Amino acid sequence: MTDEASTGTIPPATPERRARAVTPATLFLAFSQMALSGFGGVMPFAYRAIVERRRWYTPAEFAEMLAFGQVLPGPSICNVAVMIGWKRCGLGGALAALAGMLLGPSVAVVLLGALYEHFESVPRVEHALGGMSAVAAGLIIATAINMGIGLFRDRTAPKAFPRMQATLLALAFVAVGIAHWPMLGVIGALGPLAILLAWWRRA
Amino acid sequence: MIGGADRHGSPLWPLVVQLAMLSMTAIGGGIVMLAPDVHRIVVEAHPWISDQQFAAAYAIAQAAPGPNMLYVTLIGWQIAGFAGAALATLAVVVPPVVLMLILLRIGHRRSPGTLGRTIRAGVAPLSVGMLLAAGWILARASDTDWRSGLVTAATALIMLRTRINPIWLIGAGALLGVAGFA
Repeated sequence: MTDEASTGTIPPATPERRARAVTPATLFLAFSQMALSGFGGVMPFAYRAIVERRRWYTPAEFAEMLAFGQVLPGPSICNVAVMIGWKRCGLGGALAALAGMLLGPSVAVVLLGALYEHFESVPRVEHALGGMSAVAAGLIIATAINMGIGLFRDRTAPKAFPRMQATLLALAFVAVGIAHWPMLGVIGALGPLAILLAWWRRA
Repeated sequence: MIGGADRHGSPLWPLVVQLAMLSMTAIGGGIVMLAPDVHRIVVEAHPWISDQQFAAAYAIAQAAPGPNMLYVTLIGWQIAGFAGAALATLAVVVPPVVLMLILLRIGHRRSPGTLGRTIRAGVAPLSVGMLLAAGWILARASDTDWRSGLVTAATALIMLRTRINPIWLIGAGALLGVAGFA
């Protein structure tokens, strides 16, 4: 973690920040803010708010929660919200975080649906959406890279360990992004290897 | 065209039940990955909404802020108004959340041991790799020429080098799109 602080880009999740009491109301507002900024996907905004701005969790901890959220049914970002809410203040926190993630955006989406008929034929809107989704793709890619960097810097591991982790990361990327495997299949195939590696590192 | 349509009795409850069952199979990417299955339920198997309405709901949810799975909210609204919107959303959200809460409770009671932590630390690189793949797939879909590819690359670079709020980049993307650049 001292390692991470020395890079200057990602300040560490300090014990004070982790221990700081968070109320369900704070969680609701924090997740509402992330969700309502989350054009083209909430994950980049959630990562920035939770890891880089509020420093509730380290990149590695966030990646671990995301892994859990990806292999369980349901949208990964909602699963992450429930996990964080639960860890910060129990059932009330979990429900508050989830409500924040869903309430504002579902109102927004219905409003947009109602407006849709008026803008349907305006090509400008379509062009704007095209530009926004090109940016959204860049945001997700940068978030993954940031998370990967944080993951590898987060430990005082033997030299070979980050290299093997990077290999696993690359294999997961190729399997999903190029070969279009389902994520559960990727976890099934590479998961045991990844866990063995983490176990070896711990031992 | 969009709005509470009531064609064959109330399709609300059959919709809710089928979405709820579908939600538990939405592993790795959630209900967005299951768009073809949702399409089968609401367009093909039942005359609830049209193909165009489905496509519009999907596109609007992608453009709107928030989780992309909210296209289900809009489909619920198209089929049964505000009650439909609320219940369709809950139908896809509640079952996975209940499972998650049960797992969190079990994990809490057992107090996270070394094994649990090792498993989570182990799969973390895989999760980052899969997130990178999600970004890549979105880039492949939205980058139709070199200019939009450049916008994606520049966005990633700016995000890595600065601490700018990404909402500004989204706004810039919209402007560039309108200007005909991306």
